[in-house]
Amino acid sequence: MGRYVARRLLQMIPVFLGSTFLIFMMMYVLPGDPVRALMGEQAYDPTVVENIRHDLGLDRPWWWQYGHYLGGLFQGDFGTEIASKREVADIIADAFPVTIRLTLFAFVFMVVVGIGLGVVAGLRPDSVRDRGLLTLTLVLISMPSFVLGYLMQYIFAFQLQMITPTVQDSESFGDLFLPAIVLGSLSLAYVARLTRTSMAENLRADYMRTAVAKGLPRRRVVGVHLMRNSLIPVVTFLGTDIGNLMTGAIVTEGIFNVQGVGNAIFEALTRREGATVVGIASLIVIVYLFTSLLVDLLYAVLDPRIRYA
Amino acid sequence: MPEKTADKVELPEATGAASEATAPEAGTPASAKARSLWSDAWHDLRRNPLFLISAVLIVLLIVMAAAPSLFTSASPRDADLAKHYLQPPNWGHFFAPDWFGYDGQGRSIYARVIYGARASILVGVGVTLAVTVLGTLVGMVAGYFGGLVDTLLSRVTDIFMGIPYLLGALVILTTFAERKVWVVILAMAFLGWTTIARVARGAVVTIKQADYVVAAKALGASTTRVLLRHILPNALAPIIVVATIALGGYIAAEATLSFLGVGLAEPTVSWGVDVSAGRQQLRNAPYVLIVPSVMVSVTVLSFLMFGDAVRNALDPKLR
Repeated sequence: MGRYVARRLLQMIPVFLGSTFLIFMMMYVLPGDPVRALMGEQAYDPTVVENIRHDLGLDRPWWWQYGHYLGGLFQGDFGTEIASKREVADIIADAFPVTIRLTLFAFVFMVVVGIGLGVVAGLRPDSVRDRGLLTLTLVLISMPSFVLGYLMQYIFAFQLQMITPTVQDSESFGDLFLPAIVLGSLSLAYVARLTRTSMAENLRADYMRTAVAKGLPRRRVVGVHLMRNSLIPVVTFLGTDIGNLMTGAIVTEGIFNVQGVGNAIFEALTRREGATVVGIASLIVIVYLFTSLLVDLLYAVLDPRIRYA
Repeated sequence: MPEKTADKVELPEATGAASEATAPEAGTPASAKARSLWSDAWHDLRRNPLFLISAVLIVLLIVMAAAPSLFTSASPRDADLAKHYLQPPNWGHFFAPDWFGYDGQGRSIYARVIYGARASILVGVGVTLAVTVLGTLVGMVAGYFGGLVDTLLSRVTDIFMGIPYLLGALVILTTFAERKVWVVILAMAFLGWTTIARVARGAVVTIKQADYVVAAKALGASTTRVLLRHILPNALAPIIVVATIALGGYIAAEATLSFLGVGLAEPTVSWGVDVSAGRQQLRNAPYVLIVPSVMVSVTVLSFLMFGDAVRNALDPKLR
């Protein structure tokens, strides 16, 4: 177990370096110069621009810039924004908690409701409620989150006037309720369908017949034998989906004006602030890598046949 | 026992690759009635009402994309602010330019959603094709040759998988000043091939041990022939399943990117762009936003139903 984790952690290093390098290079080749943008519409002295570029190291080749960036990163330095002179770490410290709260909210919502619906439908395959769930989730999956987001905004804010159209306080759980539902709904549909399919499949498994034949109470048969086996594909999905949720937040945060990572990254992209984009992206990649490791370890808990050497 | 445990470690990766609950063994034909997997699947599909409905919708969308002028005489770019600014829909006027009303530029929303089909279908189909070819190639090479090649390609796949899709696409697409359809296709395909590569690799790893592959090699067939004639046809089923289901997702992704302002852009008529333009008027003229939104959803829904039906027909585990 310990060796397996160590091996996985080592394997993460090239993946992490590769992903950040790719994003760094994409930002590097982006046209548009943040220093020139600094000058605005006014006439400017080219030597001044050159000097600033030199001080920031922007006139160096890409490999020097990448090395410099990584060197800073390993010392916990995310760099500084060019225009605002703000520390990127500062921006991240402001935006990340908001997005994490939103993502966790969405995650809990999709796990509880998604698995719940999936269990209800999966226990009676091909019943009315099963077909109802399949139709409902199909509709949810086919709605891109911006469609659902504006629909909710229109209904709850403009028609029913139950909420304000945009989030006033990104810290409050009540305000994040609707954005979290919109963010989680696509994954919720996937979770419900996966749970349902996996349960319907496992209902016919030999160990289910054995469990029933042993005379176990139904609660134990379903709750322990069936659930434990059926949740394996669901857990896989949940693990890989956390990264998607965090980037999906770009859309949701834009619609509801939540001051989180999505908004920060979108702003940084339009202002060509490479350090901010790469910094936030690296953090999301790390979250993604660690959750997928966590998922693989969870397998061993759920399925005793899997053992990590 | 150590052998066995080593095998089991692979399990999570295999399930992770086929997270849509598809089995790599889908390639083995269950021919009780001496029918191939494909004719068996076709037999099933013809009787599936979901498949028929989605197929009709998809054909309609393709005709719309190919010949939009069959559906409307109005031009999607005719803007008459003086006469039509935010004119509400006339739900009774079927197929007339004012059926769904006019947008904030005085353009017929009906004409715009009809003409918008082309971009969505092109991007959806284009990305799916590109992703399938690239992913199958990488997966087949990795799975067949194994060893160092496999390790390298699998790590590259991991790296691309580590990049969040939406974020990567956002960054790439901001690079391009002029975002034509093919630019969007390439950018989306560049990031999206990983799932298919994993599925293809998984399928090839199982298939390459099959007796008919060993026999073909023993008979002296070249590597290319073994790969193309013996392995590819048998690995195709799970790949097609993943690809058809992904198609709907790509259409949704294109709309999302266009909505965010980094996908397609004017003068290309796109549903995503129209939804994005409609949000200013959401309070007073919700139909400007809702009509293209509904079009996106219906299109994605048709392709999803289609993919679902194809999966059910091709995956023997689900019978």
